Amino acid sequence: MMTQTPERHAVVIVGGGPAGLAAAIAAHEAGEHDVLILERDTQLGGILNQCIHNGFGLHTFKEELTGPEYAARFIDRAAELGIPYRLGTMVLDISPERVVTTVSADRGIERFEAGAIVLAMGCRERPRGALATPGYRPAGVYSAGTAQRLVNIEGELPGREVVILGSGDIGLIMARRMTLEGAHVACVSEIMPYSGGLKRNIVQCLDDYGIPLLLSHTVVDVEGRDRVEAVTIAEVDERLQPIPGTEVRYPCDTLMLSVGLLPENELSREAGIELSPVTRGPVVDQSLQTSIPGIFACGNVLHVHDLVDFVSQEAAAAGAQAARFAQEGVEPTETRGIPVKAIDGVRYTVPSYVDPQKMDDTLTVRFRVANEYRNRYVSVYLDDERIQHRKKRVMAPGEMEQVVLKRADLMERAGVSSITVKLEEE
Amino acid sequence: MFDVVIIGAGVSGCAIARELSRLDCSVCVLEREEDVCCGTSKANSAIVHAGFDAEPGSLMARLNVEGNRLMYELSRDLDFRCDQCGSLVVCVSEADMAGLELLRQRGEKNGVEGLRIIDRDELLEMEPNISDEAVGALWAPTGGIVDPFQLTVALAENAAANGVEFRFCTPVTAIEREDGAWSVTAGGDVVRAKAVVNAAGVYADDIHNMFVATEWGKEATGADGAPTVSREPLTIVPRKGEYYLLDTTAGSHLRHTIFMLPTIMGKGVLVSPTVHGNLIVGPTATDIDDKEAVNTTPGGLAEVSSKCSLTVKNVPLREVITTFAGLRAHQKNHDFVIGEIEGAEGLFDCAAIESPGLTSAPAVGRMVAGMVRQRLGLAEKAGWIGTRVGIPRVSDLSFDEWNELCEKDKAYGNVICRCCRVTEAQIVEAIRRTPGARSLDAIKRRTFATAGRCQGGFCTPKIMEILERELGVPASEVTKRGPGSELVVGTNKDRLATPDADQRGGEA
Repeated sequence: MMTQTPERHAVVIVGGGPAGLAAAIAAHEAGEHDVLILERDTQLGGILNQCIHNGFGLHTFKEELTGPEYAARFIDRAAELGIPYRLGTMVLDISPERVVTTVSADRGIERFEAGAIVLAMGCRERPRGALATPGYRPAGVYSAGTAQRLVNIEGELPGREVVILGSGDIGLIMARRMTLEGAHVACVSEIMPYSGGLKRNIVQCLDDYGIPLLLSHTVVDVEGRDRVEAVTIAEVDERLQPIPGTEVRYPCDTLMLSVGLLPENELSREAGIELSPVTRGPVVDQSLQTSIPGIFACGNVLHVHDLVDFVSQEAAAAGAQAARFAQEGVEPTETRGIPVKAIDGVRYTVPSYVDPQKMDDTLTVRFRVANEYRNRYVSVYLDDERIQHRKKRVMAPGEMEQVVLKRADLMERAGVSSITVKLEEE
Repeated sequence: MFDVVIIGAGVSGCAIARELSRLDCSVCVLEREEDVCCGTSKANSAIVHAGFDAEPGSLMARLNVEGNRLMYELSRDLDFRCDQCGSLVVCVSEADMAGLELLRQRGEKNGVEGLRIIDRDELLEMEPNISDEAVGALWAPTGGIVDPFQLTVALAENAAANGVEFRFCTPVTAIEREDGAWSVTAGGDVVRAKAVVNAAGVYADDIHNMFVATEWGKEATGADGAPTVSREPLTIVPRKGEYYLLDTTAGSHLRHTIFMLPTIMGKGVLVSPTVHGNLIVGPTATDIDDKEAVNTTPGGLAEVSSKCSLTVKNVPLREVITTFAGLRAHQKNHDFVIGEIEGAEGLFDCAAIESPGLTSAPAVGRMVAGMVRQRLGLAEKAGWIGTRVGIPRVSDLSFDEWNELCEKDKAYGNVICRCCRVTEAQIVEAIRRTPGARSLDAIKRRTFATAGRCQGGFCTPKIMEILERELGVPASEVTKRGPGSELVVGTNKDRLATPDADQRGGEA
């Protein structure tokens, strides 16, 4: 029965994917050895396990690894450190007092008391329903990640004649994957005038296989009562509305969607953690701490990343901060630090607050831009004073950007009330 | 030979089957789809109507009010979700307040209890998100919401527990009179019965017209004044309704079902919480020709999204998780067509069951079973089981209660659908019950798995595995909604492995 007292751990990590693993390792390496990873799947590694293509780890390991290989580096390191983990264990509730309730087949419902918690639940795909795409709802409409799991884990072929809507990275990867597995991919249609994925994926997954990328196009009809029989694609105007007369019907048996990823923050919301309407992830400060003291967030649950290397870096920071919190506690402060404003083409920043007293000597601030930009400057202002001004040849919404804040810059200017990150033409 | 064959396993057919299962008779339900609840019953507003809408004196009015009264008790007997949250008909112009009063009077004539006109202040107190234009409303405390999937499945399971046989994938293609009984050709087999009930939804006209086309003598009919149905051919028009279903994050936007009082500007759409905590918005009403056309359309969806703001402020449509369309079985007289067909002893119509058909189902079941009982002279049987226990819903339980289930069966600890918190044990039970789930959608109707915000993105492959295991079929035979809707088409490289596979036309 559950009347037994909850198990206590210094750091409890929710999720054993790339973020959770890196956070656990960093917490351990920061000297906190009482770390527990809770993972709902039957193995560690998260979504990387189904990402069997290469290209992971260029920044971290200076070599091209597949997803499972990249995950294995972290899983092996965690094993070396003897970090315990629970598989098949789904977190049901996180309380503001940092009690975590889980369920698993082996142990039923359990409660854990945590000195600090790291949220590393990752993200989910936007489904077709979220687009309100007109038409039927037959079998054969898959989000790209679901199709990827079927192909790469189960060995099942979801379809033979495929149309892909959305040019997110998983969609691009799956265009190539389906081609290699013997299916024909008619096109990738993207409603925006630019791709949502990495440039390298467009080249390696579409161009190399002659798969057309139709920018400013979307699906306006899905046919087929039982199984997809055809989809109709139309060009859209600048307001993203389909242009009558531009419809082209593609007979196919599969519509695959890669139309965005959403951080999975149901647990965070129920815990009362403040979420950003832009990223849909928690609002965090320089230590990646959420609005609830002792609860930290990293990886795709915080904001959707482009490269797993950045997930690992960010998660390592969160893990180390969680370890510090568990060991030292942190005295509550009146304010959350100086707010970081994202304007003029910068959609958001992570973190949203910076307390110069508590930050390390340097702090990486990550962000995404709102559009495709050429030859713009990324600028950082402390109040009205511009302290950084760096030209970037190309920036696109599909790729994450960053600036590095120096603690010294902030300490030199007492009383700074805002930090602004924006794009400028000159 | 069965005593009774029921054509159609929608909510009406299943309600009739359950009522007949009280009696000493053999009953077979023939369903063209692979499961119960596949037509109109699965795609509607999921509302328990109070009964103020229908024309006083109509069958619709009587059965709606009676069905409403029966529904809440039935939900306890058969363990399905139903919530008497009350409904509000919102008036958005002072000039139309008189219309609200007329509606109240009509409701009273129909026997609806507790109807009351409320002013804007009271309305605002009940529903803070009501439109700024709203001037008053008709409050109907007996209105409510129901899970139409669970209702239909519960009726079917209870009927089956009392001996009713269900046959799926059996579309009826002919009905003939033979040796004093009826022969129904369905899915290649011939099923014989003393009485046949037509509960075929949007196809009820086809079945009715098969009935009246058969040769039979002009026998005495309508014993003891039971209702009869004309031998004239029937026409059912599929009336399409399109809907938005919003995430549970939007569910708290309202506490009651909100209708709009029709104005000269037209009829609005309803906005309502669902028993699962979602918000439902719709429907449109478009008469179409195609009885299979459950597709949503750009025009229909645009209509819903613009009309909902007439009664409710800031409907969070961006929280949409799916859109869908359903077809009502509309008939030009806009009343239910229920009765024995003139001169055709033992042939019963239960047709044109459009809104409020879901609410009326418990009463429709009683009425039709009563007519059949009278015709065949059936007696009540001993040992009838009047209650049914649903599949446990861990998402509704306290953690202690959930833990107790885990101690009995570990599979209650294995969460398969993370959005709606549905466990392996629930899915397995959905498959093993009678009539059991055979497809992804059938599991959704019984457990709500895949019906959450990721719409099956994570759990589809896992549910496929459970279906493969439980049904003993390969992945290529697992379907979304019956034969023809297979979820995968083969295995990786199956056509690349043997270069001439294409020539041989070899599906794996």
